[in-house]
Amino acid sequence: MLQIKNLHAQVGDHEILNGINLTVKAGEVHAIMGPNGSGKSTLAGVLAGREAYEVTAGEVLYQGKDLLAMAPEERAREGIFLAFQYPVEIPGVSNTYFLRAAVNAIRKHRGLEEYDAMDFLTLVKEKLRLIHIDEDLLKRPVNEGFSGGEKKRNEIFQMAVLDPKLAILDETDSGLDIDALRIVADGVNTLRSPERATLVITHYQRLLNYIVPDKVHVLYEGRIVKSGGKELALELEEKGYGWIEDTIK
Amino acid sequence: MLKRKPHLAATREGSERPMTTATQEKNTYFADFDRLEKDLVKKGTPGIHRLRKTAIARFAELGFPKARDEEWRFTNIAPLEAIPFELAHYEGEGQRDKYAHVEPNEATGSLILCINGYKTFVHHRGPALPEGVIITGLAEALKTHPQLVEPHIGRYADYKNQPFAALNTAFLNDGAFIYVPKGKVIDHPVTIVNMVVAFGRPFVWHRRCLVIAEANSQVRIVEKYVGAKDTVYFTNAVTEIAVGPGARIDHYKVQEEGNQSFHIATMQVQQNRDSRFASQNIALGGSLVRNDINAILGAEGCECTLNGLYLATGQQLIDNHTFIDHAMPNCASHELYKGILDGKARGVFNGKILVRQDAQKTDAKQTNKTLLLSDDATINTKPQLEIYADDVKCTHGATVGQLDEEAIFYLRSRGIGDQEARNLLTYAFANDIVGRIQIDRIRDKLEQTLLASRQLPQGNTEQRPKEVLV
Repeated sequence: MLQIKNLHAQVGDHEILNGINLTVKAGEVHAIMGPNGSGKSTLAGVLAGREAYEVTAGEVLYQGKDLLAMAPEERAREGIFLAFQYPVEIPGVSNTYFLRAAVNAIRKHRGLEEYDAMDFLTLVKEKLRLIHIDEDLLKRPVNEGFSGGEKKRNEIFQMAVLDPKLAILDETDSGLDIDALRIVADGVNTLRSPERATLVITHYQRLLNYIVPDKVHVLYEGRIVKSGGKELALELEEKGYGWIEDTIK
Repeated sequence: MLKRKPHLAATREGSERPMTTATQEKNTYFADFDRLEKDLVKKGTPGIHRLRKTAIARFAELGFPKARDEEWRFTNIAPLEAIPFELAHYEGEGQRDKYAHVEPNEATGSLILCINGYKTFVHHRGPALPEGVIITGLAEALKTHPQLVEPHIGRYADYKNQPFAALNTAFLNDGAFIYVPKGKVIDHPVTIVNMVVAFGRPFVWHRRCLVIAEANSQVRIVEKYVGAKDTVYFTNAVTEIAVGPGARIDHYKVQEEGNQSFHIATMQVQQNRDSRFASQNIALGGSLVRNDINAILGAEGCECTLNGLYLATGQQLIDNHTFIDHAMPNCASHELYKGILDGKARGVFNGKILVRQDAQKTDAKQTNKTLLLSDDATINTKPQLEIYADDVKCTHGATVGQLDEEAIFYLRSRGIGDQEARNLLTYAFANDIVGRIQIDRIRDKLEQTLLASRQLPQGNTEQRPKEVLV
């Protein structure tokens, strides 16, 4: 599904990603862990097409295609979804309207007929049940006045509606209390499927108690310095990031 | 440009207007006044006509505002002065049918349809109005209820210092009159449609509206301006609103004047103790537009909200001047104006808040945000706070900028194309104000207009059942 080869990226003159190699297959859940400033969010941003980052070397293949050549919206239409660390508030546009525009853009890209308001509502209500979100959310403006937990749930809800092939969760656990964390994790677990790959980016291990990864990678100074199974996350939690520093030096 | 100098230092009520000079004779306004005076004098009481005469005299002294006037620095009205506007008139009953389509769009409630300021139709649908409520044309009210009109009209709008208010007052005749007696609540909104019927030559109309809401009454008012396309005309509107103690008025103005029109409007609001007044001022049309909204919070416990949205493109100029006078303690005002400027459009926002020495515990907040969609669009924004009390909370902020790149990326990351994302965010910026409109059909219509203007599909708001008769 996703092959990242020797990826280097920078912001301005500051090199952040320093040669990342990673392969994710359909059906797998990979966790990317790392201390602050290790390049986690940069990796998510580069994959989603954030323009602030400049890729200086390496390549990313998504379903065999050159991902880096695609505009952000093309990536989304091809099935990539980024759950934002800081979802943006858009007053004046309802969640339903926003999501319908997104779904229709994707459907159009895939040569499918666009949904009208009624069809779309049916689809969306089904997803609401899946994620256990109140219908009221649909009428509210996108993320406006939402609590931190509501914003993150809304991201997962969008993910459910857009049905991506590759989902990237960027620090989705940040700022969540334990109840909100569980709800978000439940949502992600519900959406696990053999066709979908998921990249969970997190600073802390606790999210991985709920979303159990197939593989865990530790990012440090822009490179993956250690990879392993889910037990790596526990070890990291126990020994701290200092342990990684000691290991590699 | 005509140049005019005052010829009298002051005028007293009912005095003759000063001698016309050669330049003034070119001015059609004075000629119109002379020509029409014999008709005007018959409309309303002698007191009303004295008011007209004082106003025309005052206009002769004031002349049109000059660019050197601080309040008109960015709005050059020379193009308006250069056109010899003819006073509009109504051309017969047949015209009504031609514009019959205006009416069915209006749902339950009262409708005052003013055509060119000279003919007014009033319709009422739905449950009977509360006892004592008067909703009618102003000319009719001058005939039938002069005792209600006279104490208020001309008392609020400053015809002594504002040239356009003076001009309007001089030709005061028709428009709208709304009177809500003590304690009465009008459930359905009162809609005033000000419509322009072209008759081939540039024309002016001086539309006047008077609203009197007595103690603890409530009314919602929608003022619409609709004008013919490609027609040169000049709407000179004055609305006076007296909000009695504990009364509540929601006022919506939707201005969709023709693309070659001049729209100059003054709304003067006088608030009494514990009253609430809210204005949503939406400006979409017109070539040169100037809105003055002045609210005097003249007693304790008043709450005043002034919101506005203006969209301009091409060569349009939209100027919004607001003035909130915190004259007494314990009053609150909230103000949010947003503008979207494209093409070579120009916007002006001047928001003055005066907090007088007595006005302790004032809570005033003013925000002005402008979105510039092109390099050639300009905005002049000026918050103006004058505070003479020491225990107050006053904030103001102005932002001018482009769309938020993070928000664009957010939309694109969901599959929405770059241009559509920009259109959607532009719409969202505007709809933030429209969303505050509490009358479904007005809000829905405006949302549709905004979506269409940005080539976006309809349906941001869920379809609501049509308003039904109760």
